[in-house]
Amino acid sequence: MTYLSRPGPAEERAKIVPGEPLVAFKDVRIGFDEGDVLRGISFEVWPGETKVLLGESGSGKTLILKMAAGLLRPDAGRIWVMGHDLTDMPERELLDFRRHIGFVFQEGALFDSLTVGENVAFRLREEDAPDKAVETQVLEALRFVELEASLNLYPPELSGGMRRRVSIARALVDRPPLVFYDSPTAGLDPVTSQTIITVVLRGRDLQGVTSLLATHRVQDAFGLASFRLSPATGRLVRVNIDRASPVGDAAPRPEPEAPTNLLVLREGRLYFEGHAAEMLHSSDDYLKKFLASAE
Amino acid sequence: MPEVSELESIPSVLGDTVKRQVFAVQDYSLLAMQSIANVFTPPQYWADTLEQMDQIGVGSLPIVVITSFFIGGVMVLQTAGEFQRFGETALTGDAVSLSLVRELGPAITALLVAGRNASGIASELGSMVVTEQVDAMRALGTDPIRKLMTPRMIAMVTMLPLLVAVADFVGLVGGFVVAYFTLRLGAVQFWTRAIDVLEFGDIVQGMAKPVIFGFIISTVACYQGLRVKGGTQGVGRATTTAVVISSVMVLVFDFFLAKVLLFMFGKTS
Repeated sequence: MTYLSRPGPAEERAKIVPGEPLVAFKDVRIGFDEGDVLRGISFEVWPGETKVLLGESGSGKTLILKMAAGLLRPDAGRIWVMGHDLTDMPERELLDFRRHIGFVFQEGALFDSLTVGENVAFRLREEDAPDKAVETQVLEALRFVELEASLNLYPPELSGGMRRRVSIARALVDRPPLVFYDSPTAGLDPVTSQTIITVVLRGRDLQGVTSLLATHRVQDAFGLASFRLSPATGRLVRVNIDRASPVGDAAPRPEPEAPTNLLVLREGRLYFEGHAAEMLHSSDDYLKKFLASAE
Repeated sequence: MPEVSELESIPSVLGDTVKRQVFAVQDYSLLAMQSIANVFTPPQYWADTLEQMDQIGVGSLPIVVITSFFIGGVMVLQTAGEFQRFGETALTGDAVSLSLVRELGPAITALLVAGRNASGIASELGSMVVTEQVDAMRALGTDPIRKLMTPRMIAMVTMLPLLVAVADFVGLVGGFVVAYFTLRLGAVQFWTRAIDVLEFGDIVQGMAKPVIFGFIISTVACYQGLRVKGGTQGVGRATTTAVVISSVMVLVFDFFLAKVLLFMFGKTS
């Protein structure tokens, strides 16, 4: 069994209750001295779903991700993640809970004083995994993001795109069922951004990861919605987002498509929620402006 | 009525400032207590603690040795004339020993370590905060207080007394070298008196103080680093504040500890 098909330790411990969403926000509000940033946000993320949070800079996308990971507390409302009510959970329990999730930070947030290999191995070392297992899993995770060769390099020696990919490897190393991506393509050139989105795609289609991805780039959302990685061939296949099945794939699909849904934030509220196709065909001016900003 | 609202804002600004300071002291106290509590429950990060002991203890050795040598020397230089006037040059050893062991060794070593290590700790942790590395640590399920603060606290509390012991000895050596060449004081006279004048209470004072100072310096520096706001400017501010506050606290506690310990060992009423 390869790394990609073996259930990871995090999966076995996580509470995924069938019929219940993996992430649920109810009337969440949060604000700072300057005022409320989020004014009553409610949404759900179902197992297997990829939810893309779209919004301009400062619209609160990062805040939503941090609250979902228990890194910040909301001023009002309730948050449930994998069967746990995070709203009033003490930090000690939150630390334990966070072992079941992966978080990819905007600039990577790699530990500067550790090598790439030590960064990716961090969580495994914290859990006292045996050395051989750590070595194997770290190499597999780096192979997944195509950065095996950088095992002994330090983060300052890597490019921005490589740091993001190592950050993704670090978040995915023990196969968490839920991953949060905070603007993974921010500040990167279009080619490198495509590479990052491909890695996210692979996580979705090969590991069955449920994810919440925040971005201000609408291309990222449509990239995730328009392509699928075929487990059979390992190649990217274009999907017609107006229909459920991939273009040119005549074989019947054994399971439903892992959906990619969009949430657009505007002025602290949810402006739009739906499939990529619905946004594409919407006649709303603000959404059309968003779509027009894509190259 | 603009005038009234201007007058009203001064008390409220003062009130806000006082509230902020009180919250800061509360926040710091909770963090400091947590760093101690972490020593008694798992997981403990002994590898990180050893690394910090190396950086703080061994790393500060050169500066402590050089500084204390010259402090011992300058003490003899400044007091030699007075002792010679009373024909009691032999007392030089007593004076240098008592001042170094009771007071100058702990205080000056603590200030040196505060300058070197408090700034290093505050800037390292502050940089980690602004680059989201501390949040990343929390997201990976690791408690940053356990992993970052407790090892530094243990390292400083254990290494500072050892550094003070070295400083005391090297200071005496520096004092002796100057006494030998200026006062023609023999080795036997100097060293016998230097050791004989010390009582148990002096040694306790000299070793108890660095434990407290080490705790203050490490916890203040970690607190400033972990509570950084405002990017690189904030890191710079936190570094300066860490050195200033820990140095001032060391000297304030030095005074009160000296009073308490002198009283305990019956040297003062």
